[in-house]
Amino acid sequence: MLHLDFSFLTSKLIHDYVLQGLIFSVVLTLIATVVGVAIGTLLALMRLSGRRWLDWPAAFYVNTMRAIPLVMILLWFFLLVPRITGLYIGAERSAVITFVAFEAALFAEIMRAGIQSVPAGQAHAGFALGMSYAQNMRLVVLPQAFRNMLPVLLTQVIALFQDTTLVYAIGAYDLLKGFENAGKVYGRITEAYLAVAVVYLAICFSLSYLVKRVHQKVAIIR
Amino acid sequence: MAMDWQVFCRDTLTSDLVSGCLGTSRDPTYLNWIIGAWGWTAAVSLSALLLALAVGSVIGVLRTLPNNPGWARFGNVWVELFRGIPLLVQIFLWYHVAPALFAPMKSLPSFVLVMLGLGFFTSARFAEQVRSGIQSLPRGQRQAGLALGLTQWQTYRYVLLPMAYRIVLPPLTSESMNLIKNSAVAFAVSIPELTQFAMQATEETSRPIEVYLAVTVLYIVTAGVVYLALHWVEQRTRVPGFAVGKREH
Repeated sequence: MLHLDFSFLTSKLIHDYVLQGLIFSVVLTLIATVVGVAIGTLLALMRLSGRRWLDWPAAFYVNTMRAIPLVMILLWFFLLVPRITGLYIGAERSAVITFVAFEAALFAEIMRAGIQSVPAGQAHAGFALGMSYAQNMRLVVLPQAFRNMLPVLLTQVIALFQDTTLVYAIGAYDLLKGFENAGKVYGRITEAYLAVAVVYLAICFSLSYLVKRVHQKVAIIR
Repeated sequence: MAMDWQVFCRDTLTSDLVSGCLGTSRDPTYLNWIIGAWGWTAAVSLSALLLALAVGSVIGVLRTLPNNPGWARFGNVWVELFRGIPLLVQIFLWYHVAPALFAPMKSLPSFVLVMLGLGFFTSARFAEQVRSGIQSLPRGQRQAGLALGLTQWQTYRYVLLPMAYRIVLPPLTSESMNLIKNSAVAFAVSIPELTQFAMQATEETSRPIEVYLAVTVLYIVTAGVVYLALHWVEQRTRVPGFAVGKREH
């Protein structure tokens, strides 16, 4: 039986190794959420436009992204982005681009379901009032779609936060890597993995508790 | 950029072209290697799928047992625990931490550890689906079963589960396809599966596009086969008159 010793987890170590990784994981999640939802909404509108030349490319993009393991998508972008742009961008920025592109596909499906959950009469009423397509979407349909889909969107954000650990494949420095490096330097790798598991569990558990609260609030209004 | 698919016909040691593309088991080509890697992906995915189905069903049922808050709480903790930790971290826990804490686990091959990690991770998701499937059945089904004199176990076996499984088959199908994609994380603990192959073969051959394309296609094919298989099961087990799984928009 191994003797566990967590005494190496000092605030200095957290500051030196973990903090940088935690910030990257959080920033990556936030950027992928905000930009991913924006692009995802556009993709959803393309899919629901009723025009083939908009619908088919969006469907192809979304289905391709969803059919391939995220690790492979990370490897693909890490390979292709420097080749296409001719710039070496590093693992961290490559990870941000990949997650935006990947999450956009997932958020597109959520937003499509959200838009379809808004009764058709709402859009008809908007048009009858003389609103343009853009006004109708911005002022009538999308606000309701967001509200209906809020719990699902937030659940996806938690899954996204967990998925950010996969940047391990291209060697980006995230929360997991921070703990792992610290564990290696201090020869306490077992404790480091246990600690990082507890940190992720605490963050994800609190977030999913929050989602439940939000779900209740949204449910009361409807 | 021109592609060179002959890369798969090259010997993995000498990188000479091998006629007929397939080498021997002692002297393999990259084609041999990728087929073996595909086998590892299939083996990891299938064994984890079976484990997840078994454990997920038990946990899902536990969470629906009436008048049994202890078991229900156990099920809830199980689901929160295995859903709250990222898969890659769970794989590391099984691979690095568990053998260090429990000496007997040191003798387990890494394949088994990855199967346990991926299987338990997915079991939490399956349990959630099974629970919601059972709870979506009308309460009268359970009451009718018990009123007929069936025991609790018989009620589940003959009344509740047959309908619940039919209801949750579509979401189980998509979770199973997720499981195949998730099996890619096994690269991190040196299982020689497809993603690991993609990384190593790229380094050796400097032909990343061809290697990645082949691996990507194999993943899509694998997920497609699982989809067709489960879709076939869905068709075969459909009860006429119960249009379960069909949702109207």
